[in-house]
Amino acid sequence: MLTAEDKKLIQQTWGKLGGAEEEVGAEALWRMFHSYPPTKTYFPHFDLSQGSDQIRSHGKKVVAALGNAIKNLDNLSQALSELSNLHAYNLRVDPPRFSLQFLSQCLQVALATRLGKEYTPEVHSAVDKFMSAVASVLAEKYR
Amino acid sequence: MVHWTAEEKQLIASVWGKVSVEQCGAEALARLLIVYPWTQRFFSSFGNLSSPTAIISNPKVRAHGKKVLTSFGEAIKNLDNLKGTYCKLSELHCDKLHVDPENFRLLGDILVIVLAAHFTKDFTPACQATWQKLVGVVAHALAHKYH
Repeated sequence: MLTAEDKKLIQQTWGKLGGAEEEVGAEALWRMFHSYPPTKTYFPHFDLSQGSDQIRSHGKKVVAALGNAIKNLDNLSQALSELSNLHAYNLRVDPPRFSLQFLSQCLQVALATRLGKEYTPEVHSAVDKFMSAVASVLAEKYR
Repeated sequence: MVHWTAEEKQLIASVWGKVSVEQCGAEALARLLIVYPWTQRFFSSFGNLSSPTAIISNPKVRAHGKKVLTSFGEAIKNLDNLKGTYCKLSELHCDKLHVDPENFRLLGDILVIVLAAHFTKDFTPACQATWQKLVGVVAHALAHKYH
């Protein structure tokens, strides 16, 4: 469960990105495709080469959704409701706990490479919990 | 047997050469206990684990983290025989310590994040991919003797 402290840390951390959110999104996706090649199977229609416009624009979408979730930490279910439908009925990505685990890992690495020491154990814990909560919500309607 | 390209070996060696095993090991283990608190179940004899600060400064955590990462160093010296290298440790974790191998994956992922925070932009996507592969095969080797 996200504590008040977790929520504060998440919002602060996101705030530190200062406009670089989209870059972070694209980088997280690129890292994910590179470290976990099976995740590419969900994007056969994409140009997955480094720096591709599609990765950039999809990274931007992902980050916008996460940013929105971060503004609505007290009601993730509602904030992510549309996305939850999309993932369950349309995209049918394997239960998000697996895919999000890879995206979560790569997003955290992207954050850690930017924040260095500021990616403290407490921040790490809060972000990990947040991504886990997002994964749960996205998986709600799978069956 | 796992195949390592020359580039992968180079990425592993160059990162490892700059790592303080003591510092990095302590940090990785502390983060495991902080981010995934249920893992504390294996360390009930370690004393005060009541808060992130307590965990980070706990001398037993630091010492054990160093031990764990030192063992990782052995794996790096024996990339072509990880299962052999970890045979005894695998039996130990199964028969004596009763550790669910899922925990190896968790620690591996945490180690990658610790490296990312340490090396910042030098921890490139190629670097991460190689290290994710390494922690994955180490976890696999450690789980190999489970029965």
